[in-house]
Amino acid sequence: MIIDAFYAAPALLILALGVYTTIVRDTFPATVGYLAYGLLLTVAWVQLHGVDVALTEAAIGGGLTSLLLVRASARLRATEVPARLERASLPVRGLAALGAGGIAGALALALLSLPDPAPTLAPAAMASIASTGVGNPITAVLMAYRAMDTMLEAIVLLLAIIGVWSLAPDRAWGGRPGPRYNADPDGILAFIARVLPPIGIIVGIYIFWVGADHPGGKFQGATIVAAMWLLTLMAGLTDAPPISGRWLRVLLVAGPAVFIAVGAVGAVLAGAFLGYPDGWAKPLILVIEFALMPSLALTLGLIMAGAPERIAST
Amino acid sequence: MSGVILFGLVACALVGVGLYGFIVNPQPLRKILAFNVVGSGVFLLCGVVARRGAAIGLGGDPVPQALLITGIVVAFSATALAVTVLLRLYEETESTTLAADTPPSTADAKRT
Repeated sequence: MIIDAFYAAPALLILALGVYTTIVRDTFPATVGYLAYGLLLTVAWVQLHGVDVALTEAAIGGGLTSLLLVRASARLRATEVPARLERASLPVRGLAALGAGGIAGALALALLSLPDPAPTLAPAAMASIASTGVGNPITAVLMAYRAMDTMLEAIVLLLAIIGVWSLAPDRAWGGRPGPRYNADPDGILAFIARVLPPIGIIVGIYIFWVGADHPGGKFQGATIVAAMWLLTLMAGLTDAPPISGRWLRVLLVAGPAVFIAVGAVGAVLAGAFLGYPDGWAKPLILVIEFALMPSLALTLGLIMAGAPERIAST
Repeated sequence: MSGVILFGLVACALVGVGLYGFIVNPQPLRKILAFNVVGSGVFLLCGVVARRGAAIGLGGDPVPQALLITGIVVAFSATALAVTVLLRLYEETESTTLAADTPPSTADAKRT
């Protein structure tokens, strides 16, 4: 049987880039390879009919993660040469290849022996979708059937920002994250950082709003809004706020706090934590999403900005 | 063999490639990168399982797809934290080595 080139081409390119990022000697090309790898994975997700996942992969998996890795590799460039002395010995590499190959082989065997027809929760997800008031079954899963996961996910992001901030040196505690970027004010970066954000913010809010009935959602939308903020930061047009700001902290916690509060209301009125009373599902989901969206955008932006490095007065 | 299964096999291979890189590459940043390759392989495998669960007009099973969105965000959080720990380690020691007997680093070069 002939495999469609639209499957075969991204599949083989993804594998090739995965191998490249693993075996290339220098770290910087590896991280750039990972960026391209993330974008190709997005194509794979579209082919697998997971457009919501594709948006998340493009925004967070490929976009933000790659940016983190590329930036870190630039900062750690001085560690490249000493690390070459630590190269794993041939027996270690052989054993690693054997073990990794064995695990990949076992996974492939498991994949090929999956039951046919595959078990699916799609009919169950669609059966009560009318009661949630949303039209996108993935949003129904995220905000109604498995709302607990989404709540904990928002809290994980909050824990991540607390963790990142905790790594600040004592003198910089309460100060501004990351370096102050100085780009050429008449350069192309500053130009794009002025032109793109109005468009990007609209796109981000659109993806957030359309997520109720079509692919999209708050995480993807918040990432785009956060990316616009990061663009203005890196172009030197704005500066990251000091982390000691009271309103900053209130805004970070507001989204998860509203989520927990709505969950508690459900425990009283609907008999289960995060249960929605009949007919109230859509309004309550909207309350959660509107509270969560700014918190998520701010959290993602600040995680990317990194640990505080400068005291607040500078 | 369908295109979907091809993606599945690539996903299995990515888990293997990432694991190999995780063990063999001495630099912590490369280990974080390799860990993300393993993660994306696992996600892709789950995506293939979701696609196989397509039914009643949906292109895939929405439950695993929703869990994948959560998974990608959590993987990003963990990566961000790991990268920040690494940058702090470098700031403190001017080295990022994980070796027990420290080979010559930039810090040693400065001291001598």
